[in-house]
Amino acid sequence: MAVTVLIPTPLRSYVGGRDALELDGGNVGELLEQLAGEHAGLKRHLFAEDGRLRSFVNVYVNDRDIRQLAQRDTPVKPGDTVSIIPSIAGGTAVAVGAPLAAPLPKLSHEEILRYSRHLILPDVGVEGQKKLKAARVLLVGAGGLGSPAALYLAAAGVGTLGIVDFDVVDKTNLQRQVLHGTSSVGRPKLESASERIHDLNPNVRVETFETRLTSQNALDIIRDFDIVADGTDNFPTRYLVNDACVLLGKPNVYGSIFRFEGQASVFYAKQGPCYRCLYAEPPPPGLVPSCAEGGVLGVLPGIIGSIQAMETIKLILGVGEPLIGRLVLFDALKLQFRELKLSKDPDCPVCGTHPTITELIDYEAFCGIGAEPSYDGAEITAQDLKAEWDRSPDLLVIDVREPHEYEIAHIDGTVLIPLAELPTRLGELDGHREIVTHCHHGARSLKALEILKAAGFSKVRSLRGGIDAWAVNVDAALPRY
Amino acid sequence: MTLVLDPRQVAAIRRHGEADYPAEACGLIGGAVEADRKVALQLVPLANQRTDSARNRYLIDPMSFRRAQERLDRDGLEVIGVYHSHPDHAPAPSAFDREHAWPWLSYVIVGVGAGHAGDPKSWVLADDRGTFAEESITIEERKAVWQSPY
Repeated sequence: MAVTVLIPTPLRSYVGGRDALELDGGNVGELLEQLAGEHAGLKRHLFAEDGRLRSFVNVYVNDRDIRQLAQRDTPVKPGDTVSIIPSIAGGTAVAVGAPLAAPLPKLSHEEILRYSRHLILPDVGVEGQKKLKAARVLLVGAGGLGSPAALYLAAAGVGTLGIVDFDVVDKTNLQRQVLHGTSSVGRPKLESASERIHDLNPNVRVETFETRLTSQNALDIIRDFDIVADGTDNFPTRYLVNDACVLLGKPNVYGSIFRFEGQASVFYAKQGPCYRCLYAEPPPPGLVPSCAEGGVLGVLPGIIGSIQAMETIKLILGVGEPLIGRLVLFDALKLQFRELKLSKDPDCPVCGTHPTITELIDYEAFCGIGAEPSYDGAEITAQDLKAEWDRSPDLLVIDVREPHEYEIAHIDGTVLIPLAELPTRLGELDGHREIVTHCHHGARSLKALEILKAAGFSKVRSLRGGIDAWAVNVDAALPRY
Repeated sequence: MTLVLDPRQVAAIRRHGEADYPAEACGLIGGAVEADRKVALQLVPLANQRTDSARNRYLIDPMSFRRAQERLDRDGLEVIGVYHSHPDHAPAPSAFDREHAWPWLSYVIVGVGAGHAGDPKSWVLADDRGTFAEESITIEERKAVWQSPY
């Protein structure tokens, strides 16, 4: 008695239309070889070029998958039934880089040597490296996230890197913005970035845009690029980048960081959700502190920005599973990655089925930033405060920063009441005295002013520019941070 | 060969594609071969097992295939094809479809653009695995529809 081999419908035409064959053999490998040998047309459907069983061909001995047994060495005995069971897979193409029709650029001998470790990777190879060279990636921001992204994309051989930034390098940037060095402090970030990238890989073309990304220029700038990596630190620009990418059909590789936590995703409305599907509305202004207010661990943007670079390269090559429809959350303190599934919101105002946003809007207004009440006359400069305090020592100066900030630097004679504690500690304040609030840069002290005014204090002002302005203009002995 | 579909089956494939949008929907087509016609008699909608990237990939694992095949077998039918949707893409096979394709089966693809399904197209893998050839679809209302015993 022989072994019965059940043939699935797709393969029956190769075995004379039969649904089962009786074969002899000691193990599965022998049976399959016999099958392929007797029915020549079958071989290429069962085996890949390297001789291995194709991934979608499953072989069962009786009811057991041979992958859980001894693969092709799984023994069979007369009376056994061997079934070939299809798994069926497929899908749409992912690659978003240069259209296949356009001829890919050639690689020079220098590039072949430089990219040798890519070229020997089967998933990259010469073809993939040429795709990288043909690719145009726009980095919005050359800061904490943009730094590692720019360095790795340049090193990987992305042909054209566009960078939008209007800032100059500040000493406080150097703790995390590894694209810039100490010698660049005070110079435009674009200059410093271009030099560093050129030194790293002179084959990369850097296109610089020394401007703030706005509703007026965003479409024109982004239009010429294949992929956008968003490294912005504020909500209006983040929504602007998102909407512009949706309107232009470009993937937006997103990253954001705060203190010890980071997020990353790929927002590509053609294949998944966009940033607005995740966050329909921005948080109220002031609720989420920026890195300048809240601090950030310097290594964190290195991790998140590198994820952005990795996802960008995967999109260009069309390999792997892109981070579309998934949000990665990274917690540095626990060293933990978590993943959330994101779905497309059919009612999304920009990428839903009936979009209401079909052109770029006023993002400052959308994020409520222009609408902040103005405090004209309620602010005082550092020099004026110094003069007035000298004249009337009765002046009460409240420091609304956190205790750990107070420890870095403080102005002598102030009272420390952190902003969060202020509403419950109003009883400690003398309403008859002139009050001046101060913080680091002058934003939190304005909020403190609001709390004090609401509680009935009338003689209140805020130190414009915070303790930083005091250190610059009044007391040079104070460290700045 | 031509693939014969009932208009209700076409509607069901489109509905399944729209319902699962923006993920890819997939299922098997059970039927019988009559001369040079593959006649679809029963659709077997299946869950797309690629939950990690269902927007651009689909998978029918061997256990699902086997169960569907056994059920069709009891009714004297066999698997004659597969259908799946291409969210926001044309109803043409991708390179990934071709690399993973089985011969002979009809691969029916429906494009779902922004949530609305278009007309399905059917494709059959060439013998050398190099290309997919479009297969004609004949839409015919069947007077006697096979009835599920369940």
